Amino acid sequence: MSKTRLRIGYIPLVDAVTLVVAVDLGFADAEGLDVELVREVSWSNVRDKLNIGLFDAAHLLSPVAIASSLGIGHVRVPLLAPFNLGLNGNAITVSPRLFASLSNRADGDIADPAVSARALACEVAERKAGRGEPLTFGMTFPFSNHNYQLRFWMAAGGIDPDDDVRLVVLPPPYMVESLANGHVDGFCVGAPWNSVAVESGVGRILHFGCEIVARASEKVLAVRERWAADNPESLRALIRALAHASSHVEDPANLAAVSAVVARRLDVSADIVSSTLSGNLKIAPDGSARSSNRYILIGRNGAARPDPVQAAWLYAQMARWGQTPISEELSATARAVFRPELYDAVLGITPGRGHGEPTDGIGAFLGSAFDPSDIAGHLAAWSIKRAARPRLSVVR
Amino acid sequence: MRAAIGCPMGVEKETAGNEPLAETRNGMDPPSPANPSPGAHRDSALKIAIVDENPVRAAILQDGLREAGFVQIECIGETRNLLARIYTIDPDVILIDLENPSRDVLEQMFQMSRAVKRPVAMFVDHSDSASIQAAVDAGVSAYIVDGLKKERITSILDLCISRFNAFSKLQDELDRAKDALKERKVIDRAKGVLMKAKRLTEDEAYALMRKTAMNENKKIVEIAQSVLTAAELLK
Repeated sequence: MSKTRLRIGYIPLVDAVTLVVAVDLGFADAEGLDVELVREVSWSNVRDKLNIGLFDAAHLLSPVAIASSLGIGHVRVPLLAPFNLGLNGNAITVSPRLFASLSNRADGDIADPAVSARALACEVAERKAGRGEPLTFGMTFPFSNHNYQLRFWMAAGGIDPDDDVRLVVLPPPYMVESLANGHVDGFCVGAPWNSVAVESGVGRILHFGCEIVARASEKVLAVRERWAADNPESLRALIRALAHASSHVEDPANLAAVSAVVARRLDVSADIVSSTLSGNLKIAPDGSARSSNRYILIGRNGAARPDPVQAAWLYAQMARWGQTPISEELSATARAVFRPELYDAVLGITPGRGHGEPTDGIGAFLGSAFDPSDIAGHLAAWSIKRAARPRLSVVR
Repeated sequence: MRAAIGCPMGVEKETAGNEPLAETRNGMDPPSPANPSPGAHRDSALKIAIVDENPVRAAILQDGLREAGFVQIECIGETRNLLARIYTIDPDVILIDLENPSRDVLEQMFQMSRAVKRPVAMFVDHSDSASIQAAVDAGVSAYIVDGLKKERITSILDLCISRFNAFSKLQDELDRAKDALKERKVIDRAKGVLMKAKRLTEDEAYALMRKTAMNENKKIVEIAQSVLTAAELLK
């Protein structure tokens, strides 16, 4: 029987591991799929090529799948996420100079994001008073956890991320260089780039993303709603292949082999991939390390099952920072992008989140438990936020 | 020199002053004073920035735009600090190649963030849904300042697509020429091997390979490569 050909776009990041393993270790082939993984250089490209049908599916920033379905920032193309490719995996890295300054100002353990945010607020206030240049932080895309996690953390210290600092988009491959030459003072990005900054001695990991938000949908497998309706069999086969691949990734016995396969696709050392996947990272050039069993979750603790609570959380971040108006209708549209029922129908199981997972499914380090049915209430609790202004984003 | 003086990412002071302008532009009409009503004679005043790390392709595009009557064209080849460069140039239209990771930097300009001086929009012509497909196929994307009428840039995008396609055709031809040259060298070396081993003339050596290729239904270059491999093994 002939194989079904699929073109899937991805960005070379460690959280593309499930796709890479599915293709390179034969899980896709076993499901009758002949998948061509197409490496891309920007999220805009991945989104556009998925939207116009040059890709059948894509490794996509979870908030981009929602933004595309809501039609913010670009043309509205309804997308579905039938599989979650990864939870967490980001980190906030700062220059050694900023780290030293924050450490001096810390009123407690600097590893506590509430403490580091207050220290950052002191630094920001002092720069303002002295008419110094505001601090600049890099992130990868307007619709990304990198953007939202930086903002959540800063606002917790009383910093207005739009007024008090500069947040700029930087392509991940430029992050380390920009930190080294002082164009940015810090950044939030996914693996392997934080480790690359530490290894080259120009950065210090301040926080893992999971210390800001314990459970955040980072990347999804996204397909067009239309494609899913037209190709149900291919979609089922793809979900099965990815489920097998993600279990394979999570088996510690496979760590070395998996890391080698991913390292080849990413052009980085297998060591960086394996330390990322095992959540054991060198955080400072002096060799100090930090580990977390939830630094990145690929297939365990129910990570692969798309969770509408995650979509609601991301929608709430978009609303908090003025990217979208707040309405029950938009919120429902956002939640409906994540499709656990497609996942369950194929795999016939409904895995729980597992022990030790946050009860609200999110686990932000500050604020009350997140209630996906009350976005307005969630936002009312924050004093630092933006009102949404209608924006013309596409010329029609 | 303004952009060079340690202000890499944003031009904050100017930003505040431009916000009200941005707000009125969001309403599409009336045209702001900076962009008077469309007219062919005004279009030469459109400022166009080309973001392309490939200087040859950028030059081809720039030539085309000049021929079409656009005079204010800036090429940005170095994309570090792209936003600062763009603020300095302050273009009405930004053209960027899709191989450029900095395309995501431009997406930030959709946002109403204070880091953004002039809001920018992705150019998509819905009256012709094939246009975005054609642009992506050609490998180019266009961004325009909010409020600019679509008619004013359709011709720019069309020109862009055709020049990008012409460039890839040239590139393909160049690649093919390089391959052909490589093949010639392999065949020449194989001829040398045969001439020496079988005491043939050059013509005879070539005729032998051609005959073998025809018999085995292969290309001459494949036979030549086998000859070289065999010669290597028998050394």
